[in-house]
Amino acid sequence: MRLDVIFRATMKIMMPFILVFALYVQFHGDFGPGGGFQAGVIAAAMVILYAIIFGLDAAKRLAPPRLLELMIPLGVLIYTGVGVICMMLGGNFLDYSVLAHDSMHGQEYGILLVEAGVLITVAGTMTTIFFLIAGRGR
Amino acid sequence: MVLLTLMAIITIGIVRLRNLFAVVILGGIYSFLMASVMIVLDAVDVAMTEASVGAGISTVLMLGTLYLTKTEESDPGHSPLLPLFVAVVMAGVLVYATIDLPPFGLADNPVHTHVAPRYLDYSIEETNVPNVVTSVLASYRGYDTLGETAVIFTAGIAVLLLLKGRRKMKPGPKRKRIRR
Repeated sequence: MRLDVIFRATMKIMMPFILVFALYVQFHGDFGPGGGFQAGVIAAAMVILYAIIFGLDAAKRLAPPRLLELMIPLGVLIYTGVGVICMMLGGNFLDYSVLAHDSMHGQEYGILLVEAGVLITVAGTMTTIFFLIAGRGR
Repeated sequence: MVLLTLMAIITIGIVRLRNLFAVVILGGIYSFLMASVMIVLDAVDVAMTEASVGAGISTVLMLGTLYLTKTEESDPGHSPLLPLFVAVVMAGVLVYATIDLPPFGLADNPVHTHVAPRYLDYSIEETNVPNVVTSVLASYRGYDTLGETAVIFTAGIAVLLLLKGRRKMKPGPKRKRIRR
């Protein structure tokens, strides 16, 4: 029998809360502290904790490395994509005001999308770096 | 003040210790103290980043790297006098520069009179985002944040390139031998 039952049980209970906290930090960043960068790091920390307790292979099933490697450029693509869409709609690059019928909503959508891009890149990068370094010693 | 004193003590500890494991852990503690300082300065966003990145992720990555290398710092093999001299001169220059800084927290400091009032006055009107840090970061200074995201992207790609193709060197010569 494994002796780290407490760690495993606690981690299983904590995981959804960590993920919800990451999402809270992400979407509540407009009102309180936080944003894409912090949320991405928290989400990556969840995967890293999982890897420390359940092992690297289990963590790789939880977050497939292929997907993470795709996330790294995807976030930057979303960010620049928002900028280019702004240009196509007649504004300046990253001028979100043109994204919706009035400029205030446009700004809100723009910030939301851009923060999502940051989240995706940061979470993907941090987890990928951890997987690579942790997987190298074996 | 207490926090800064603790940080100074930890810095001395980091310099003195040869065991890299202890140094990494002390680095994490240093980051946590830095995050506390940021909270004292009312910069919660920065504190959050410092706590999660500085104390969390980078400590884990450092420990992962330590696992692959030695945990004892090797002897530098040269006299510490020249680096010490450079550090002292640099610190002297920096301390000399702080004399010219305006007093901390004064309302009419240059940093508070340039673009900051513009952001604070119009952020709600223009972006409808109550947290000015977010609106500055994502909207007013969107280019900078794009650059930061690109930096993270570059870091990820660089690590992927360096570490992904592991153990490709070992089978290489064998295959050649077989072909011969």
